Amino acid sequence: MRPHLFVGRAETPIAFVETVSGGVRLKALDREAVRAGLQPGLTLADARARVPELEVYEHDAHADHEWLERLADGCQRYTPSVALDEPDGLILDIAGCVHEFEGERRLAADLEERLARRGLLVRHAFGDTPDTARALARFAGAPAPDEKRAVKRLPVAALGLDEDATTALSRAGLKTVGDVMARPLATIAARFGEEAAMMIRRLDGSVKGPIVARRTVPKIGVERRFAEPIARTEYALEMLAELATEAAVQLADRHEGGRRWEARLFRADGLVQRLRIETGQPTRDVALLMRLFRERIDSLADPLDPGFGYDLVRLDVALTEKLDASQLKLEGGEAQKGEVAQLVDQLGTRLGRARVRRFSARDSHIPEQAELMLPAAETPAPTPWTAPETGEPPLRPIYLFDPPQPIESMMAEVPDGPPHRFRWRRTVHDVAHSEGPERIAGEWWRRQDIPTRDYYRIEDRRGRRFWIFRHGLYSEMEAPRWYLHGVFA
Amino acid sequence: MNESLALIARLKRIATTGMPTQGDGRADDAWLTQGMAKAQLHEVFATIDDSASGAGFAVASVLAAKAAPVMWLRTEASERQGGRLHATGLVEMGLDVSSLVLGLVDDEASLLRAAADAARCHGLGTLLIESWGRAPGIDLTATRRLMLAAEASGVTILSLRIGAEPVPSAAASRWRVAACSSRPLEADAPGKPAFDIELLRRRGGQAGLRWRVEWDRDAYIFDQTAFETAFASGDSAALPGAGISVAADRAAADDAAASVRRTG
Repeated sequence: MRPHLFVGRAETPIAFVETVSGGVRLKALDREAVRAGLQPGLTLADARARVPELEVYEHDAHADHEWLERLADGCQRYTPSVALDEPDGLILDIAGCVHEFEGERRLAADLEERLARRGLLVRHAFGDTPDTARALARFAGAPAPDEKRAVKRLPVAALGLDEDATTALSRAGLKTVGDVMARPLATIAARFGEEAAMMIRRLDGSVKGPIVARRTVPKIGVERRFAEPIARTEYALEMLAELATEAAVQLADRHEGGRRWEARLFRADGLVQRLRIETGQPTRDVALLMRLFRERIDSLADPLDPGFGYDLVRLDVALTEKLDASQLKLEGGEAQKGEVAQLVDQLGTRLGRARVRRFSARDSHIPEQAELMLPAAETPAPTPWTAPETGEPPLRPIYLFDPPQPIESMMAEVPDGPPHRFRWRRTVHDVAHSEGPERIAGEWWRRQDIPTRDYYRIEDRRGRRFWIFRHGLYSEMEAPRWYLHGVFA
Repeated sequence: MNESLALIARLKRIATTGMPTQGDGRADDAWLTQGMAKAQLHEVFATIDDSASGAGFAVASVLAAKAAPVMWLRTEASERQGGRLHATGLVEMGLDVSSLVLGLVDDEASLLRAAADAARCHGLGTLLIESWGRAPGIDLTATRRLMLAAEASGVTILSLRIGAEPVPSAAASRWRVAACSSRPLEADAPGKPAFDIELLRRRGGQAGLRWRVEWDRDAYIFDQTAFETAFASGDSAALPGAGISVAADRAAADDAAASVRRTG
């Protein structure tokens, strides 16, 4: 992402190069470079010979993609449904979204103006389907009075076929999309492949290619536009609080609460900053939401930067759940639970949801797989844990090493005794008491070659209790290894 | 802001009376059946080799005090070094793991920050802060903050300090835990969790007491009678009898100079 290269610079031609087998070749060019007669694919040496003043940069496809993603984010001010058309296109589904702009042309003008401020040169086209819009924007045909005829006048390259097929079409005398359309589809499919026929059907509108939108349309979205961009983050947050109140009212009407919230602050220069929060319980408590948003802002690596100011603030509720008024009246133990849930949300927002956890039992008898830690915000249904047997000591350790730590066993009884002493963390432990083996076979229905584990509960002379196992039976292998899997209280 | 006002008020009180807060009036061995005093900060020290005993003692104290739900905060480093918490093992200690929330943090600074938030949450019964190594951030100031928060919110805070030496702190009590040989079961199997507990310091109470106890998960109490009978027959390696002060001189020094010098 190197937008500074393009803003207000002198008119030196620029090229981006990539190293491919056979040397450094041009990958992308700016307008000046094209005007100077260069083309992508040329070797850098040739290009330098023709245009000595050429400025050269390394091509970075990943940065390009990121930049396109950021532009797509910014375009969500127009419509929630924005798709990437790699490597350098965006497709916006603006059906039903133009009322804000008194017509699609005004919308396009607004978009072009914003992007121009970032030094971007944009070509746009409208179409009934994503494919026609894309073809019309990417390829130039002879002028035409309407969309259908404009598509027909596009060169065959607009079909987006591979080079061979495109050349074959031209050789067959088919210069424009209209020429190809005039032929029976079956012939086209037979001679130039099924793909060509499919593209024809898409361009004439008989098949509508889907827009693969980058995000789903939220259930509830509220927004505020500002004629004058607001430059103070604090004020933007006040607006956000107002929006949260509006969303809460809408949620209350539906007897719902939000679990996943996303605030987006659109900057006047077309970029967007997003703040996402999640709560464990559905909520419409504005004060709580604002606290979580502030927590999120505090945890940002870079502070919020309003740049030239925000001109649109939007709040979406991406996930809602049933929340009746009665559920809000928490009493006694429920209120306590609510407070812990709030703490979980607060810490989860700061530390990352996955790092605030609850335990949940899972159906596996391999000890390290028998339990699962879930983000606490996901509040699993209480799972039954096997109650320990009365009078028995704990049979499982409280700290478990994952992976198990290798130990050096000395003087173990063959075939199924525990070691008399072992070395772990450079200390020798003499075994005083032991119990075992508790045999835990590998999950043989998943994989055949997993050795059996023989577990022992042992206590050393100093009173420390360990859980160790021999990985494999003496009948299975020659010298099975020993591991320490956990420590008991 | 409120916190610092409260701190100032408290310091004034201490300055005028010349005494820290009085003891809680509990019997010295009340913890055996009731766990640690509620709404206070307590410190539990254990060596790295005795980490599981320290954690086990902390969990058992929570259970004896019936102070669930529990928020257990630990760092990613302790997760790597000491192993991860094993729910089945906790269940077998007697803990209902559905009342446990585990919070993993990056470092000591975020540990203290998360602890400060959790300490204010009335809904919690116990906040367990597990730290490994010296953890210099958990100092007099940090412990004072936690103590104030505990008193205000009613949350009992256990600071489990593994591999650390005691430093001056505002905790209401300070314990050292080590593993202790269990009473073996039939067929020489290791028995119930057994601990060697030393009360290093207690605000307004006697210190330097030692116990050797067994955790009775079924009754939710620490049982010391088991060892009284087991070792009454004159085991020379055994500790002195339960509840007897073994280091009165050290205890006195410890109490008087707690805030100025390294103790323990």
